[in-house]
Amino acid sequence: MALQDKYQAITNAATAAGVSNLQVREQDGVLYIDGTAPSGAVKDQLWDVYGQVDPNFTSGDLILNVNVAMDAAVTHVKVVTDSSNLNIRKGPGTDQPIVGKAAKDEIITLVSRSNDQWWLVRTADGEEGYSYAQYLEPVQ
Amino acid sequence: MKILRLIPALLLVAGLSFTSCKPKDADVKASIEKSLKENPSTAGVLVMVNEGVATLSGEVADPAAQAALEASVKAMKGVKSVTNNTTVTPPPPPSPAPVEFATSDVLTQAVKDATKDFAGVTAAVVDGVVTLTGEIKKDQLPKLMMALNSLKPKKIENKLTIK
Repeated sequence: MALQDKYQAITNAATAAGVSNLQVREQDGVLYIDGTAPSGAVKDQLWDVYGQVDPNFTSGDLILNVNVAMDAAVTHVKVVTDSSNLNIRKGPGTDQPIVGKAAKDEIITLVSRSNDQWWLVRTADGEEGYSYAQYLEPVQ
Repeated sequence: MKILRLIPALLLVAGLSFTSCKPKDADVKASIEKSLKENPSTAGVLVMVNEGVATLSGEVADPAAQAALEASVKAMKGVKSVTNNTTVTPPPPPSPAPVEFATSDVLTQAVKDATKDFAGVTAAVVDGVVTLTGEIKKDQLPKLMMALNSLKPKKIENKLTIK
């Protein structure tokens, strides 16, 4: 119960913010918090709380696996890299060849989200392939 | 004179024929125990029988089970009355499903993809444990950790130097 107590603030925030399918399980000395957040803002909020309990995330005793709910109606995404172009690859992996690029802030078509980390996208020029989801923001 | 000698024998037979109508306590106990064992919800119940009075003890899951048990024992042959000393102890809740982790190959590639854009970071993946070494800027750290936490690792050991 000690780990659950240590991270009680995260669990409370998750419940209050409406995180669904929330599971809090302890296994072999690590606490696993899983769930689906209604928005990116809620996910960010939970990470802020995590950063307060464990500054610099050095304890190594929590895996916070709360992901944002996928809205099925989203058809376009915006490229949100820091400054560079986003690579579009033939397959879902950084070892895959690059078939195209999209610029920062460019809005491109979302074809499919079957893979959590890599989404299938298509640019206006017709270049289609996989881009790392961390750099793509759904456009309403 | 011969008839007088027969009287004890007659009394003995009469006595025997009366006692055979009433089951012995040991037999009653045995038959109650047999029926308790047949039902998984009463497997933890113990019974003693004395002069046809059955005394029940042990644990049952809820008050309904407690009442049903008493009624069924009372209806058994040889039971005059039932003293129900069982206690209600609800069963423990089912334990949650164990956490699922990514397979080694999937995790190794996924970690490689996630750390590619963090120049000073090196990640090693061994048995589901991701160990980070090297250095990273403090404002970049949450982004990296968010990406790694969704990959279903067992554990993340952050040994990065925070700049």
